[in-house]
Amino acid sequence: MEEYILEMKNISKIYGNGIAANRDVNFNLKKGEIHALVGENGAGKSTLMKILFGMEPPSSGEILLRGEPVRFSSSKDAIAHGIGMVHQHFMLVESFTAAQNIVLGMEPKSGMFVNEAEAVRFTKEISKKYNLDVDAEAVTRTLPVGVKQKIEILKALARGAEILILDEPTAVLAPQETDQLFDELIHLKEQGHTIVFISHKIPEIKKISDRITVMRSSQSVGCYETKNVTEQEISNLIMGCEMDTSIEKTEPKPGDLRIEVEDLSYTDRNQVQVLKDVSFGVRSGMIFGIAGVQGNGQVELIDLMTRKRAVREGDIRLNGKSIKKLSIQEIRKMQFGYVPEDRMDQGIAGAESIAENMVSNRYATSEFCRSGLLNYNKIEEFADENIKEYEIRCSGNKQHVGMLSGGNMQKVVVARECSHDPEVLIAEQPTRGVDVGAAHIIHKKLMELRNEGCAILLVSADLSEALKLSDVIAVMYEGEIVAYFDNTEGLNEEKLGLYMLGLERHSEEQIRRARG
Amino acid sequence: MSRERSFNIIRTAVAMLVAILVAFVIIVLVSDQPVESIKIFLLRPFSTKRYLGNIVETAVPLIFSGLAMAIMFRANLFNLGGEGIFFIAGITGSIAAIWPQLPPIVFPIVCIMAGALTGILVMLIPGVLKAKYGASEMVTSLMMNNILLGVGLYLLNNMMRDPQVASLVSYQYRSNALLGNIIPGTRVHVGFLIALACAFAAYVFLFKSKWGYEIRMVGNNGRFASYSGINVTKVIIIVHVVAGAIAGMGGIIECLGMHRRFEWTALPGYGFDGAMIAMLAGNHPIGVIGAAFFVSYLRVGADLVNRASDVPTEMIAILQSIIILLISAERFLHKYKQNWIEKEAK
Amino acid sequence: MRTLANLIFTTDFLYSIFRVTTPLLFASMGAVISDVAGVPNIALEGMMLIAAFAGMFFSYLFDSALMGLLFAVLFAVLAASVLAFFTLYYKTNIILGGMAINSLASGGTIFFLYLVAHDKGTSVSLPSKVLPSVNIPVIENIPVIGPAISGHNVLTYVAILAVIFTFFLLKRTSLGWHIRAVGEKKEAADSVGISVAKTQAIALILSGMMCGFGGAFMSMGYVSWFSRDMVSGRGWIALAAEAMGQQHPLGTAATSVLFGVADALSNAVATLGWPSDLVKTIPYCATLAGLAIFSIRTYRKMKNS
Repeated sequence: MEEYILEMKNISKIYGNGIAANRDVNFNLKKGEIHALVGENGAGKSTLMKILFGMEPPSSGEILLRGEPVRFSSSKDAIAHGIGMVHQHFMLVESFTAAQNIVLGMEPKSGMFVNEAEAVRFTKEISKKYNLDVDAEAVTRTLPVGVKQKIEILKALARGAEILILDEPTAVLAPQETDQLFDELIHLKEQGHTIVFISHKIPEIKKISDRITVMRSSQSVGCYETKNVTEQEISNLIMGCEMDTSIEKTEPKPGDLRIEVEDLSYTDRNQVQVLKDVSFGVRSGMIFGIAGVQGNGQVELIDLMTRKRAVREGDIRLNGKSIKKLSIQEIRKMQFGYVPEDRMDQGIAGAESIAENMVSNRYATSEFCRSGLLNYNKIEEFADENIKEYEIRCSGNKQHVGMLSGGNMQKVVVARECSHDPEVLIAEQPTRGVDVGAAHIIHKKLMELRNEGCAILLVSADLSEALKLSDVIAVMYEGEIVAYFDNTEGLNEEKLGLYMLGLERHSEEQIRRARG
Repeated sequence: MSRERSFNIIRTAVAMLVAILVAFVIIVLVSDQPVESIKIFLLRPFSTKRYLGNIVETAVPLIFSGLAMAIMFRANLFNLGGEGIFFIAGITGSIAAIWPQLPPIVFPIVCIMAGALTGILVMLIPGVLKAKYGASEMVTSLMMNNILLGVGLYLLNNMMRDPQVASLVSYQYRSNALLGNIIPGTRVHVGFLIALACAFAAYVFLFKSKWGYEIRMVGNNGRFASYSGINVTKVIIIVHVVAGAIAGMGGIIECLGMHRRFEWTALPGYGFDGAMIAMLAGNHPIGVIGAAFFVSYLRVGADLVNRASDVPTEMIAILQSIIILLISAERFLHKYKQNWIEKEAK
Repeated sequence: MRTLANLIFTTDFLYSIFRVTTPLLFASMGAVISDVAGVPNIALEGMMLIAAFAGMFFSYLFDSALMGLLFAVLFAVLAASVLAFFTLYYKTNIILGGMAINSLASGGTIFFLYLVAHDKGTSVSLPSKVLPSVNIPVIENIPVIGPAISGHNVLTYVAILAVIFTFFLLKRTSLGWHIRAVGEKKEAADSVGISVAKTQAIALILSGMMCGFGGAFMSMGYVSWFSRDMVSGRGWIALAAEAMGQQHPLGTAATSVLFGVADALSNAVATLGWPSDLVKTIPYCATLAGLAIFSIRTYRKMKNS
């Protein structure tokens, strides 16, 4: 008679770059519960679940499943033991259909070949059984985020998952979609499934979970019955020592129009119109927030503004100058800063030093470069100043950026983009996957820039971040701006959600006010 | 020094050691007098001034091709065209050394410039195709190698061939064009000094100049470079131009330093050697000198063994592949590294 | 020009296209499978060379063409396994690993050629075997086309089967789905318990197998001897064909035939007394031009979308 269906005891994990992601972590699950695993970004939640799912071997520690010690060498082992995981970044083959993705690795056969008709039938069957509605024959690339998530859940269930791990499932959803997901999860729980729900949003946890395990700086702090703790208590447990993450927000002092986007439309390679007549303006001294469910044109908008894609319909002006004909280099010369969404992909060169990464947008200026030769003394001096100002934890300016933790890497990126007093800054998910301390430093810096008169465009999927920092907020839905709020007072996540899902829409007149 | 770096050095040393051990195994299996052969392989290259000179001479073209490849690799480009450029730059440089008549010192400089210019022009083809249109520089450069060999042989056969000599060689170079000897009793020529100077210049270029900075950023993460405002197209072309010039110089310097006529009738193989040397050197220009000497030492040793017993010199190719495989094997010796890191973290 | 036309519009020329395209088809299918799996095999050249040598040597040793073919495939697969081991287990960069295999093949075959034949050029002193030709009944009697299609080496027909095999493998079988999934998004494959390393290893080994057939054809189908670097760039031409065929088996086969025509042409015009040094470069020029045109067109399309 086991009390727990699963126990993880004294799990430690040290990565190749010497960073400890888990230290003596303990975690357990009771059958048929929804168990929230909470903690700030970088607290070690994802690592712990990757170990449970066999994706990473633990450096030390023990896992007991139904009382038996187990050791998973791959996710295949974990799946065979009835564990399924829905990752934060979807693990779907985009060119496959929903049915192909669901049966991948367990394809029904007829003779030598895969029986595709059976795959479709099977998909329809389980989709009905678990009340998760997906179109079996649609190509995954064309589906919205919410449906992709359902495919992911079905994938796990189709493989007989009894324990289902959901890694930050609500991060990509609008509040109303989250409610629907919760209904589905409760339905699964009633059918006897055990669910691990990873999140750092306290109200959600309070609403959905039976028990809570809190993690903080790579350790497990404790496990609690949800009904016995208040939201405030959970918050204190997550933060540990009282850390003040509030930001002082003074009255904005809007100045000149620095960013003007006018009737911008964009049709992508698959002939899908991803942006429709988008117009807005950002003045100096203010933060313009853009909210919206992932995949509603935000990425394309930023790509156009940063010249990664060419503007063909409409116009974008920075400081009154159209960027249509400018190259990235020329835009870079205009006191322009850009914090990209994916730091590993665009933000850094991992195998080069912090110092060299710190100057990538102005190594060629007279400050650091004379007749083709770089002045490394000055570059290192500059890097040291920033390391101090942004509290970047590292062994020195010569350390490779790739060896830093996510939060410190992001600080390098933000330091580089903000330390030359930009007049225009585009911040795309500036604190995604970053620990709370680093996020606070980054928020403070953005506020500082705004007070100094920078025009900031903030695109964030994290609504609480958008609400906390923005002076005005526009909502994007299916490539259009559908709402514009000229102040954030009285505005909350639920209300934004209505617009993010296209359930409500401001009048054209109100939307036109976004032009500034 | 970072743990990462010390580990790379250990890995390189182990790879070199393994290569030598494999050489032993091959010699033992193939040679009639294994013990003697191994002694020859290891020690004889150091026994006389002439053999030591051989090591230096052999290293010269290897340094050039190693430098060209190191710069390519730094930009994350896999262009193997050094091979064809050595050959065709040898041809054009030889044309310059056969027909015109120029004063000493100026003459070899002009020939070397001709070689370098040829290298640049030839490299621009895969360079532009890659930079502007994204065509695989590896495939285009390999096609170029075969084309350049054909064109070079055509020129050699129809224009430069000395009919007085039975084998396929060009007319004699004018003596003013030859690169002078610098160490009496050996064949070590001025080209060695040029090679050292090139290595130093490449070092400054890669690590101290803004172009080197751009090259390294592009090589490390192209999207990051372009996001930062670096003109990736331009950088890829610059890399091709510089590498082409270095390989072209290497080709003609080898001809003018070691021969009195153009004597190659097949691709000399320096392109691939360059790749291995660059890897041994961790793509560092100064390291290239050391790596070239190591490979050159293996060659001279293998050559001496070949003369004394019956082990074909192509043994070297087997050793080279092993070195490439082990050095580029990220997880080779990884366990020891992980243990070390975990211990330190506790 | 008349003489050139006379050379081209003949049954012999058509026949020779089939002949010279055979190794390209094998190698390019090897390229497709490995590339779709996300492990581009650039050692096609070296694997074919190794197979060509093994085919020659073992057919001589066992006095059997079949044994030669068997060992040719075996050794190419062995080389592919070495590459797979280093890239998947030791995490060697696949391009550098491929370069190592190529260098090993180029020098190693000469090394062993010298040991067995005491010659660094060719193996003509060793009486090795040739794989049989096949006459197709009925078809061989059709005038003009019949003699061009029938009477080829058995491996030429196997090459056509290899294209069909590759097509169905990727489109309809579960292994093919896994290969595609691993190549497009390996995390997705991993998340459903498909071993990425294993799938990629299988893809590389299949790719090696293709090279095994291609190499055997070089030393036992074309001719009955091995000579140094006899594959002479066909592995690379196959890679270019695969790039232009956009990883699709049928598209790749079509471009391979195109390059085969260039190759056949260079053989044909060699008899016209054109300078042989330049004529020999025709297939490479064709490949370079083809790749250049293809890249420029793709670039334009991307830009205009």
